[in-house]
Amino acid sequence: MRPLRETLKGWISPRALANRGVLGMNRRNIAYIARYNPRDRYPLVDDKLRTKLVAQKARLKVPALLHVVRTQHEIEAIEDDLTDLTEFVIKPAQGSGGKGILVIVGREGDEYIKGSGARIKLNDIKRHLSNILSGLNSLGGKQDVAIIETLVKVSAQFSSVSHEGVPDIRIIVFRGYPIMGMLRLATRASDGKANLHQGAVGVGIDIGTGRSVTAVQNNKLINRHPDTGAELDKLEIPDWKQMLNLAARCYEVTRLGYMGCDMVIDEQLGPLLLEMNARPGLSIQIANNQGLVPRLRHIEQLEDYYVTVEDRVEYAMRTFTYFPAEVRQQTSEVVMPG
Amino acid sequence: MTQRGPFLFFVILLFLAGIGTAAYRHDNYQIPILPGTEQTVWQVEARVEFIAQGGATQVYLTLPPEQSGFRLIGESSASSGFGFEVSTQEQQRRAHWTKRRASGEQTLFYKLDLVQDPGHHVEMPGAREAKDQTWDEPYQTAALQLLESAILVSADAHSLAQQLSSEMNQAATSQNLSLLLDRYSPEDLMASLLNTANVPARTVQVLELEDGRRRQGLRNLVQVWDNDQWQLFDPMTGEVNDEQLLLWQTASPAVLEVLGGSRSRVSFSIISQSRPAATLMDQSAPGFDLSLYNLPVAEQSMFKLIMLLPMGALMVVVMRILVGLKTSGTFMPVLIALAFLQTELIPGVTSFVVVVAIGLVIRSYLSSLNLLLVSRIATLVVVVIGIITLFSVLSYQFGLMGGLTITFFPMIILAWTIERMSIVWEEQGPQEVAIQGSGSLLVAILAFLVMDQQLIRHLAFNFPELNLCVLALILLLGRYTGYRLLELHRFAVFNR
Repeated sequence: MRPLRETLKGWISPRALANRGVLGMNRRNIAYIARYNPRDRYPLVDDKLRTKLVAQKARLKVPALLHVVRTQHEIEAIEDDLTDLTEFVIKPAQGSGGKGILVIVGREGDEYIKGSGARIKLNDIKRHLSNILSGLNSLGGKQDVAIIETLVKVSAQFSSVSHEGVPDIRIIVFRGYPIMGMLRLATRASDGKANLHQGAVGVGIDIGTGRSVTAVQNNKLINRHPDTGAELDKLEIPDWKQMLNLAARCYEVTRLGYMGCDMVIDEQLGPLLLEMNARPGLSIQIANNQGLVPRLRHIEQLEDYYVTVEDRVEYAMRTFTYFPAEVRQQTSEVVMPG
Repeated sequence: MTQRGPFLFFVILLFLAGIGTAAYRHDNYQIPILPGTEQTVWQVEARVEFIAQGGATQVYLTLPPEQSGFRLIGESSASSGFGFEVSTQEQQRRAHWTKRRASGEQTLFYKLDLVQDPGHHVEMPGAREAKDQTWDEPYQTAALQLLESAILVSADAHSLAQQLSSEMNQAATSQNLSLLLDRYSPEDLMASLLNTANVPARTVQVLELEDGRRRQGLRNLVQVWDNDQWQLFDPMTGEVNDEQLLLWQTASPAVLEVLGGSRSRVSFSIISQSRPAATLMDQSAPGFDLSLYNLPVAEQSMFKLIMLLPMGALMVVVMRILVGLKTSGTFMPVLIALAFLQTELIPGVTSFVVVVAIGLVIRSYLSSLNLLLVSRIATLVVVVIGIITLFSVLSYQFGLMGGLTITFFPMIILAWTIERMSIVWEEQGPQEVAIQGSGSLLVAILAFLVMDQQLIRHLAFNFPELNLCVLALILLLGRYTGYRLLELHRFAVFNR
């Protein structure tokens, strides 16, 4: 009977799962996405250029937009646009999963230095832009535009944690309330990408304090980053409240009731909004070891939802925390949940 | 959920409508619920096509004679503007269409309903003696030598015929035989040889009855008079003991004769139904009948497949919503399963995997060309057609007839599958391709297994209204908010 028990260990009964309040794909699609996300708002979040323009209008902080390349013709003139830039990022407006992102961190003469340290020529950049425009990186090969934006500078404390790339923070915002957060760290196994099912590390972040709660990789609990060895159980996100504010304000901009906001922290500028997602994944529950359903229900039952952004954030921080109130006052000492 | 009541009411209404109509038709038209409890009814449709030359036009089509094993229960003809009659000449029935003035393309239909009835016995007019056979030189010598050696190793008419056919079927034919085969077709030669040996024999044309066949031709066989009955022989394989062969023509005139027309041809469509013979007799079912039986046979056999599609779609819905399998392209698995119905499972799966694998390799080269989407897919369509052609030709060369059925695969769908898989490969890696690929294949196989069930096929065709129940189930599943089976594994970490 041993093998059977071993096999069953990899499974959980639906009742136990429901007791833990875990949100499943079907319920997410019917009861939250279809119900709270108006279809006509999707293009706003599916296109990073539109997201950025709208966010700028609403004075949400985003990495500054330097140039947009829309036609092959504009690529030829790109040299003039790049003359006074030393650090920048090129990305496709409709790329997915981090594809087609080119990070330039410096220049030396004719050469551009990539994030990995490799050096490339202007012609390589032109070819990269051309590939983006012809839809090489967008889903299904649709025609696309290229965005050139400022490089986000991650603070030293943060960049030492992740294997490669910029660690980003995903916050689920439901009807304007931030209800669950997760820090995503690329690993060698995930090839620099922050996708959990490709082997990236997900660190659950407590909404009340911005402290790490649990960390998982490939559905297993871990304490340290597999590549950098950084301790993951004592992380604390700086400017956490500011970050929640940024995420919560996205609701006013997009009117998407159920969405995921992806953010980064710039050393000087603080939290910046990278992109939004109208169909955020469910892995965040694993990283937090906590189901979404009780929190979603809680917010659904609130009647007074014409409240200010600050009130919503305050309310969420008070409500969705693992740490008792007195702990939340002191920020220096770190206490893990029992 | 919003409007739960009306939705449930609607679903239940659909369900009851389906069940109710089915029950009503079962009651009133005695359509059996289970397959195989009734006699098989074969509907054979002959389709005559020709180009009329503008003048008086006459068309003769030989009709099958009364024969053992099959009972004729109805025949009809559909042909606009043509006069039609069935005449009998020397025991050979012929359909005769006439028109004073006809021009352009013409299509005539003749439909025949037969009940397969092993108890039905008809004395076939026999042959008392063999026909005189004259041979030209050098064929005479060759034929006599060939016969001489065959007669030596045979005892009676039956074994002689058997011996001749095995001789013809040998890989290395004798010189005599190759000489004769240059001049005569195998069945003519065999009949002539037998007649020379004083064994009555004749060439006949038969129709193979196989459900859902379209555009079939007749098969040439030899009948040998042995022990006071006609016995069928295939010159290439020997004795034929097959109930599913309908004797179509026994006398010498051509099956189809067209006067006043050119480029004439006849093809046959066959379909089997398990309707009780009684309802077939009484075609004029009163009132509104939701049945497909009144369509032309070629369309009926198409509907046999089409009516299975909702069941396949339901399988996809179940596998994706209840189980949580990922497939590449939502309903691609159903179309693949439909192709499996034609190819059988193992050859189907093999050829599918081979085509997609080769396609992926070629697609990986295409992606380095930076083509635009539309021309990339168009290229893949051409590539897929190339692979399929190569596959067919190769498998035929190696004697694998199963390889030929690969043409049943929907090629545009295959091209899209390759395109999607390769995008997934580039974006999410080969592991994800394996997951989605095997997921699609698994769903396709399951859909095939369901659609291949005798009972399901029977119900889907004979009670098409039951698809309303399938629709109700699909709608119901569309509102399912519970966990998917695979999520119970994905979230197993919550067990602690």
